[in-house]
Parts: sequence; structure tokens; C-alpha cells
Amino acid sequence: MARLKVNPTRMQMTLLRSRLKTATRGHKLLKDKQDELMRRFIELIRENKRLRMSVEEELKDSFEDFLMTSALMSPQMIKQALAMPKTKVSVDIQSRNIMSVNIPEMEFIYTDQSGGEGEASIYPYGYAQTSAELDDAIEKLHTTMEKLLKLAAMEKAGQLMADEIEKTRRRVNALEYRTIPDLEETIKYIRMKLDENERATITRLMKVKDIIAKEA
Amino acid sequence: MYKVAVVGDKDSVLVFKALGIDVLTPTSPDEIRRVIDDLARDQYGVIFITEQLASLVPETIARYDDEMIPAVILIPSNQGTLNIGMDRIDRSVEKAVGSNIL
Repeated sequence: MARLKVNPTRMQMTLLRSRLKTATRGHKLLKDKQDELMRRFIELIRENKRLRMSVEEELKDSFEDFLMTSALMSPQMIKQALAMPKTKVSVDIQSRNIMSVNIPEMEFIYTDQSGGEGEASIYPYGYAQTSAELDDAIEKLHTTMEKLLKLAAMEKAGQLMADEIEKTRRRVNALEYRTIPDLEETIKYIRMKLDENERATITRLMKVKDIIAKEA
Repeated sequence: MYKVAVVGDKDSVLVFKALGIDVLTPTSPDEIRRVIDDLARDQYGVIFITEQLASLVPETIARYDDEMIPAVILIPSNQGTLNIGMDRIDRSVEKAVGSNIL
């Protein structure tokens, strides 16, 4: 541990003492933050893995159907069928603060573009010239979308939290293994030095007193 | 209000178009990079990209990791999953905890 380069004076010691107090308090708070972040992170990641597994499964299903469609219909037909979607999807993102990490919360907003009354159908085409597999693919995808968005929000949250945990851990370690020991050692050094000075003064005084007594 | 986009090969992601999601189908790494950067700048909140394409431009994907918006999320394509999505989760666990504990 390196001693800080300071003058061994009483004033410096008071200063360093208050810095040590702040550092210790900061260390405790950061440690608590790290523990709580970690707890939430682990929870989130477990859920995230489960969700990703099921989403990947469902997407695979939908893609398989779409692959069948590609085999049954000509590319131009597919393109034409999907050219004019009836709905438009946008996403509303609010940020939520968990332990000073901004975590996104996402929500789909469907806007009907057909202008018709009532619930718009998710199929943007007439059924005459398309295959049933295309309907299946779209329906499966439609039901997966909510999950997919949840996955998106969760995965982003995971990344952001991992980042913050890493940062916090570095800070905690820096305080624990660097700042606090350094301060403690420097304070000890100053105290020793001051005590030594005091003893030197006392000895000197006694010596002086002796000399004066002898001369008198 | 943010938009949603899907980036992938045509055979996999064209079906997303039916639900009103913007579909982009770049092929070369340069194109993919440009498409992702353009989307990120252009008010897109969520970008889904197939793992096949993402594996070509890992550093572009990583660039958006520590920003809240956009969320770049990997999805499997019709050739199945390459497990990059799962790997990314594992990687963030390693980053946070120091070792993979799950």
C-alpha cells in the first residue's frame, strides 16, 4: 500500500479522517447497490433465458410455415400479398429506473391503416390466391410478437444492468482495496509522526531543564 | 414513439411485413452495417436482426449494447438458430458476475 504524499500535520490528519469516513460510507452503499443489482440481474437473466428459448421455438415454427409458403407460391405472389400491410406497428418506450440503471419498458402500438370499422384483420390479403401456410405463418408470428417485444426489453435491460454491475464492482473494489487502506495507512503514519514529535519535545524539555538545574 | 424494424434474409423475415413491421434485407456486411446505423439514427426503438446477419457484423451490434435505444435483438432465421442470442446472454452474465454461474 502506498502512503499518500501529505505533510504530517494535525490539519491533514483531520482532513484525511473525514475522507476515510466518506469512503467507508460510500463503500458500504455501493456494496449494497451491487448486491441488490446482482440479485435482480440473476432473476432477470433466468427469466430471459426461458423466454428466449420459447420465442426461438415459436419463431422457428412460424418460419417453417413461411418456408412452405415460399415453396408453394411464387416469390412475386408472396411479395404482392404482403405489399400493403393493414396495420402499422410502432413501439412506445418508457424508461424505468432500477438502482440507477435506466431500463426500458416497451409496449406495442398497433395503428389500423385500413380505415375500416372494427378490429382489423392481421391478414393484408384476400384468401383467393394465397396458401394456407402463409396464414399460419402470420398468425403464429402475430401471437409471438408480444413475447418478442418482452424479450427485447428484457435483453436490453440485461445488457444495461450487466454494464452497471461491472462499473459498480470496479468502484467497490477500488474503494475497498485502494482508497480505504491508503487512507488508513496515511492516517497511521501521521499519528506516529505527531506522537514522535511530541516525545521529542518532552525529552528536549527535560534535557533543557537538567542543563538549567546544573548551571544554577 | 419509436418504430420497429426487422433485418434479415428475405426468405426468413418477409413475413414480418404482414404485421406492419419494416423489413430490410441487406446482404453484404457493408450493407448490413449501414442499414443498422441508419435505423438507429432514424427513431427505431427495436431492431430485430437474424443471427446469420448479426454474425457478420458483431462490432456494429456491440456498439448499441450500452445504449437504451435502440435495442438490437437477435432472432433465429429459417435455417434455425446459431445460438448467438443465448451466447450474448451468457456473455453479459460473465461480464456482471465474473464467471458463468448459470
